[in-house]
Order: sequence, then structure tokens, then C-alpha cells
Amino acid sequence: MQDQSPTKIIRNTDSAIEDGLARLTPEKITETINQVLQKETGPKLKAYVETCMRCGLCSDACSYFLSNDRNPEFSPAAKVKQTIWEMIEKKGKVSKDFMRRAVHISHIECNVCRRCSMYCPFGIDIAYMMLLVRRICHKLEITPQYIQDTVDSHSVTMNQMWVKEDEWIDTLQWQEEDAREEFENLRIPLDKHGADIMYSVIAPEPKFQAGLIYQTATIMHAAGINWTMPSGPGWDNSNMAMYTGDNEISGRIARAFYEAAANLNVKRIVMGECGHAFRSIYDVGNRWLAWDMPPFEIVHALEFYHELLTQGRITIGEKYKKKVTLHDPCNVSRGRGLHDMAREVVRMTCEDFVDMIPNREHNYCCGAGGGVVNCGPPYKTERMVNNRVKAEQLAATGAQVLIAPCHNCHSGLEDIVQHYKLDMEVKFLGDIIFETMEKKIYRPGE
Amino acid sequence: MNAFINFIMGPMVWISALVFLFGLVFKLVKIILEIREKESFIFSYMSLKYSLRSMGAWLIPFYPESTKLHPVFWGISYLFHVFLFAAPLFLASHIILLDEAFQISWLALPDGVADIFTLLVILALVFFGVRRVVVPEVKFLTSAMDYILLILVMLPFLTGFLAYHQIFLYKWIMIAHILSGELLLIVIPFSRFSHMLTAPLTRAYTGSEFGNVRHARDW
Repeated sequence: MQDQSPTKIIRNTDSAIEDGLARLTPEKITETINQVLQKETGPKLKAYVETCMRCGLCSDACSYFLSNDRNPEFSPAAKVKQTIWEMIEKKGKVSKDFMRRAVHISHIECNVCRRCSMYCPFGIDIAYMMLLVRRICHKLEITPQYIQDTVDSHSVTMNQMWVKEDEWIDTLQWQEEDAREEFENLRIPLDKHGADIMYSVIAPEPKFQAGLIYQTATIMHAAGINWTMPSGPGWDNSNMAMYTGDNEISGRIARAFYEAAANLNVKRIVMGECGHAFRSIYDVGNRWLAWDMPPFEIVHALEFYHELLTQGRITIGEKYKKKVTLHDPCNVSRGRGLHDMAREVVRMTCEDFVDMIPNREHNYCCGAGGGVVNCGPPYKTERMVNNRVKAEQLAATGAQVLIAPCHNCHSGLEDIVQHYKLDMEVKFLGDIIFETMEKKIYRPGE
Repeated sequence: MNAFINFIMGPMVWISALVFLFGLVFKLVKIILEIREKESFIFSYMSLKYSLRSMGAWLIPFYPESTKLHPVFWGISYLFHVFLFAAPLFLASHIILLDEAFQISWLALPDGVADIFTLLVILALVFFGVRRVVVPEVKFLTSAMDYILLILVMLPFLTGFLAYHQIFLYKWIMIAHILSGELLLIVIPFSRFSHMLTAPLTRAYTGSEFGNVRHARDW
């Protein structure tokens, strides 16, 4: 695998990968691969490998394949061929160059969006195999630097961005104080035992998007929700360890999260507009902790907004005027089937909605998800090339505003809009609701 | 010579049929035991309703998105699988053999129709082979084994076709036909042909995950 046929992309790497590779011995590589393949997999992997008839139908599912002018190296099955098949065939005896390519394929050239499993006639879960490659890379300590840093942060602070406990509490109080100038009696209740809802955010919100917490507090206030947030660990439901194959830390994060909710004795968990976090607590974390389904009712923001609007707990004043389109994040559409609900919310709040094509479960990934954007600046240019088809899809809608109800999609789509010079504004659904809803505004003296 | 022909038309038929049947049965049992041992969570997600929903959706021609993107390949593939089973199972001369041996029989296709089915299977296999050379993303995935598999399926149909038309060396063609048919049966459980067993399983599992957990379509 030394020679990678020239592609338009310069395949980058980073110091964590290079340093990690330098430390590796051939024995270590072989031993680790075999340990993971033999001890951590079973008949599922075997069936996926033996059942694939190499028909190539998965290719058209992959935005990387399409964005790179149908370069065969980017087809989903080709990614498996260049990693898992060869590892199995060579019984783990693969080179460092092979592993350098394997890290790249699994971390930078796949969003684990699972679109390909909808295009495979046999429903083979290729994302699972890419995550398995990441697991091997994790055990070999060659995970890309930036995403590894988020895992390190999780490990130390239980949140993704090194937010310290006092910073967290302070940020919430700051937002509460600001909001109270506009909305009388608005609260961001911390550690309220027995509240109906525990609201959960991801670390980027207190770190640099505190306004989103402000918006949520306003919506909760207007709807009269009995809600709370935990002051201690467990408030961040994002889970980057889930995407590096660090299952042990991933499990710790999910446990801290469910325990925070259990300690507060809340009825259910509502979470902000984030896809990863949703996958982490709705699909992945619970499995690691041996629950087939999550131990709490997990409500994604989309579903929550839908509930608030249809039950009339918040009302929309004047609908949003600009032409909007909606991006279906894979983890809440393909991962939870909330796409139709999302459309209903958009129609209830916006006047002019145009669907992008393809849409719903078949939407193209934002190109940032699955930990790809978290691998950081070294890979950005490459990521932009790999996202071309998404840019074309967005441009074709002619919309002025792109609603992306997922943090990760948001970051990725902002990059795409900027890189491809699309005349579009990226917004959360919460932004739209905040703008259009009837608020309980506080006018002194009334 | 006659002893050899008696062998391949007698015991060898039994051997290949039993290897085929028990090979697949053992494979299934092994999969189930391994799931119980290593991935028992799979059982908690399996759902008959969603398994059938998924399989059903994928059996409707040109219903899944994927099949709409490649109508020619998908159409040929679909018919190929129908004819692949229909031609040998409903061939009059095969049914007569069974009738002579076990006094069981069922309706046969008219010879002319079976002949066309056979020809279509052969042409489909040629198409698959050409596609492996011509379509870059398929070529990238292709290894020697993929051609070997195509040839293994091709042989009994090609020899059957030649034997029926008695074009040349009837006796030798007939021997090749019987042997290649038996070889194919024996190879099935030990090769990727076993997707006749595992593909419904992977489909069912993915269908169950999509239906039960993700509440989304998988087609």
C-alpha cells in the first residue's frame, strides 16, 4: 500500500500520527490488530466480510466518492478493502505505511454517516468496520492529534473542551443574568432535583456559543418548562471518544451522563441540537453500558421543538421570511428518523422552505461528522475537496438560509459555505424559533 | 468409464448435495452459537417485523434508492438470481432424474423456456465479468477470486446448454456438466456464495436496527 495513486488531494498527516508510527514495531502492529479482530469482534464482522460480493453499489452512497470524481479509492467497500480485508488476509502483518493510510481512511475519509449501509443490497454496516479501524488505531496510539485532545479533555474533565467546573457554572449564571434583563423571572435552574427535564448541551456551547444557552433558556421560559442542568460532570453529552475507538473513556462519559440525570431524578433528558451527542447517548453509550435502549427517554431538540409547537406551549409570531433549506443530520435522521418532524417544525416557523435533494435519510453528510472535523486544521483543505458534492447540493437549493440542527453539521457547513463561496447563512433551528416566537419580554413598570 | 459415470451420477450427487445442505446448516448453527457467545446483543435488536420489512423493500424491483441509481446492473442481477434457481430446479430433464430416483416430481418449464433462462444466466455472468473490468469502482474491488466465482457458476450452465443442444462431444460435455454442478454445490458453503445464507441475515439485522432503534428506512 506504499504507493497511493496520485489524487488531487494532498494527503496530510499530523505529528501525533507520525510520532505514534515512529514508536511502533511490526510485532506491536500485528499483535494489536489480531487482538482487536479476534477478541473484540465476532460473527457480525465475519458475515460482513464474507457476504460482500464486491458489487460496488455502495459507491454512489458516499459523498467522498462522488466529490472526488468517482475515484474508486473512496468507495465505501474500497475503504474496507484497503483496511480490514487486508488486515484479515495478512493476519495483521501490515506495514507502518499501511497503518498511516488506514488512519487516514478511517478518520479523514469516512464520516461514519452510515449512508452506505442503505445502498448495500445486503445492508452491510461499513461504518462499523471503519470504527473498528479507528479502534485499532487508538490501541496503536496513532489517533490524529486534535481529536485525541478532545478525548484527553473528556478523560480529565468529562467534557470535550477543557471547560472547568467553575467556568461552566459561571457561564450559565452569566447567561441567566443577561437574559433576566429582558425576560422577567427567567431562570437557568442548576441541580434542581425532580425537574421534568434535564437539558444537556455540548462543551462548545459554554466555551464559545453561550448565546445558544441563552436562547434555550428563553424558549424554556416562554414554554414554562420545569427544567434543570447539572452543575457537575455529566452536563456534556458529546462523546468524541466514541469516534476514536476509545470505548473505555466513551463508556465513562455515557455513564457520568446517565448518572447525572439519575441523581437529579428527572423524568427525561432533552438535548440541544447536536448529532454526535445524540448518537452517543441514544445509540452507542447505552450499549457499552449494557442497556439495549437508553435508560432515560432521550429527546432531541428537534423533537422537543415539535412538541412545544404542536402542544401550543410556544407560539410563533411572524414566520421567518427568508428562503430556507434544511440539512438532515445523519445521526438524527438516519439515526433516529426525526426528519419529518424537522420539516414540520420548519414549516411551522418559516414561510419559504425548499428541500435539498437528496433529503431525509438519503441526505449527504455535512462532511464534518463522525469526528472528521475534530481532526482539525491539518485536514481542512482536504475536507473541503471531499465535500464538493455537499456544496453543489446546497447551491442547487437557491436558499438564503441553511438550517442545520446539529453542532457538527454547523461547523462543517460553515466551512463549506465559506470555501465554496455560497451565499448562505447557516442557522440552528433554535435560532429560527428564537427569532420568530412570542417571547415573554419584560417591560419594567408594566 | 461406466464405473466413473455411475460414481458421479450416484454417490457423488449425494455427497455434493449433503455437503451443500449440511455445510449451510452448520454455518448457520455456527453463526448462531458465535452470536450467543460473543455478540448476544444482536438477539435483543432482532425484530421479525423489521427484518421482513427490510427484505420486502429490497425485493421490490427498483424500489430502493440504490437500485434506481443502477437500473441496468440491478435489473440484470435480479433476473439473474431468479433464472439461476428457476432454470435448474424446473428443468424437465432434472425433474425426470428425480422422478426416476425418488418418484417425486413437480411442474417443469417447457424446454425452450429453460433454454432461454440458461442462456440469460450465461449472458448475465458475462455481463458481471465485463463490468468487473470496465467499471472503475468495481474493478478496484475485484480480485482473482471474483472471476473464479463467476466461472464456477458459469460452468454448469454453459455445459448444460451445450449438452441440451448436443453441439459436440455430448458424453464429455455431460460429464463436465455433472461434475461442475457438483463442484458448485460443494463450494457454496465455503465461499462467498454462502451469501445465499448470510445476506438475509445481515439484511435482517440492519433492517431491525433501522426499524427498532433508528426509526428510519434502510432502502
